Amino acid sequence: MDAKEQETGVCCGKPAESSPCTCGFGTDAEKLNEPPATAGAACCGSSVVDPESDPFERPGYDRCGFVEDFVDTPVGTIPRVKTALDRSDFLGTLKARLGIGRDNYKISPGLYCIGNPGPDAPVLVSANYKLTFDTLRKELAGVHAWILILDTRGVNVWCAAGKKTFSTAEVVRRVKLTGLEKLVRHRDLILPQLSATGVAAHLVRKGCGFRVLWGPVHAKDLRAFLDNGMKADEAMRRVSFSLTERMVLVPVEVSHLPKYLLWVLLAGFVLSGIGADFFSFHAAGVRGLMIAAACITGIFAGAVVTPILLPWIPGIRFSLKGALTGVLAGAALVGWLWSKTTGWEALALFLLTVAMSSYLAMNFTGATPFTSPSGVEKEMRRAIPLQAGALLISLIAWIGSAFSL
Amino acid sequence: MQDFRHLSGVSTLQFDSEACTGCGMCEAVCPHRVFRLNDRLAHVVDKDGCMECGACANNCPAGAIRVTPGVGCAFYIVQSWIKGKEAACCGGPECC
Repeated sequence: MDAKEQETGVCCGKPAESSPCTCGFGTDAEKLNEPPATAGAACCGSSVVDPESDPFERPGYDRCGFVEDFVDTPVGTIPRVKTALDRSDFLGTLKARLGIGRDNYKISPGLYCIGNPGPDAPVLVSANYKLTFDTLRKELAGVHAWILILDTRGVNVWCAAGKKTFSTAEVVRRVKLTGLEKLVRHRDLILPQLSATGVAAHLVRKGCGFRVLWGPVHAKDLRAFLDNGMKADEAMRRVSFSLTERMVLVPVEVSHLPKYLLWVLLAGFVLSGIGADFFSFHAAGVRGLMIAAACITGIFAGAVVTPILLPWIPGIRFSLKGALTGVLAGAALVGWLWSKTTGWEALALFLLTVAMSSYLAMNFTGATPFTSPSGVEKEMRRAIPLQAGALLISLIAWIGSAFSL
Repeated sequence: MQDFRHLSGVSTLQFDSEACTGCGMCEAVCPHRVFRLNDRLAHVVDKDGCMECGACANNCPAGAIRVTPGVGCAFYIVQSWIKGKEAACCGGPECC
């Protein structure tokens, strides 16, 4: 071992050089302040001392990745959060968007802060869905503010307000629980506009003495709102439904379908086997696959294409828009299977695709920010009998075609 | 958002201008700009834009606005037909 190696420290017989120790301790050697212990002593970590534990560590608690550090305030220690998202945040967002663990993607309710807020800094109120929290903090670089997170059961602002977990009672309760009146000198809360479905401003004032200022719909407008003396312009008050906003909804919509699709396909295979010779496993396999192809085509047309192309597909009714994309997709499917099907089978597959697409497009109403329950119900009363009729004709044609050979 | 429209003439929104105090809360909270404040009084300027979210009625201190709030979600409505209004949910994580 030469002098140079002794200086830099030896790790498991390998020269450490400038790279982190690879002994399995996960220590970043570059960050260590302490000088290496006596060189040449026993290996595997003994030559480098790990850093002391974080002064903010508490037994039994894990520090969240989005927390920069902690600040002492008159109402206790409050985490200061980062305004830049890291890889784990993006990964979490991706999983939530794909519907994986989306029901339990939340942070602890209570007070957080951004920057160096003082007693006059604004208080922003939001939901404890992690995706909502990330959307909020990434817009606040350079802002000094307190953030009051409510317990919305890990649901976003608008839906939580609709479910009344983002409510007047929860705002009042959380303000009192955190002792907000001892933290700030003013008596203003900035709430996201879309929480107004669950929060009544005049009742919040009555309940805890704080005045509600309605912030913009989108977190991206918050900085302009704050710079503009807490005033939102018309554009900030309007919901939008852009191409990107529609596209991110598609994976979640589709991720809910497999559990229903399984039953549909099972029924499809059983019905496909019924024929003149009572039941044919060969027919169940071959014709069942055709049913599966029609289902997948219907899902693609109704739950993927229709949401994405929504404003450009003619019609007002979602069921009609879905039927239109279903007609095109169904025609393509029938064309593709033309040589393998009879006329009745082609009709059955076509109608199944159209009915499925129309129904799924109608279901997308729940993900849009502009349909009213009255409107959706009116549309459904007309559309569902037609969809069911198409499905029935499809069923008769499919089973009938197996007997008419 | 005005290019996104669903069926017209269906909203349950009712506004009593006699009771209105002109506080402007409805105008502030409506995500579809259905209300406009004019001469210290609110006016319904785009009733067909209403999605019945209920934010305006919830925030009207004078009780001048009435609307049957709910979610315009087909999945939820099917559930409420089958299981009844109380047991229906947004399909769990589905819509919301």
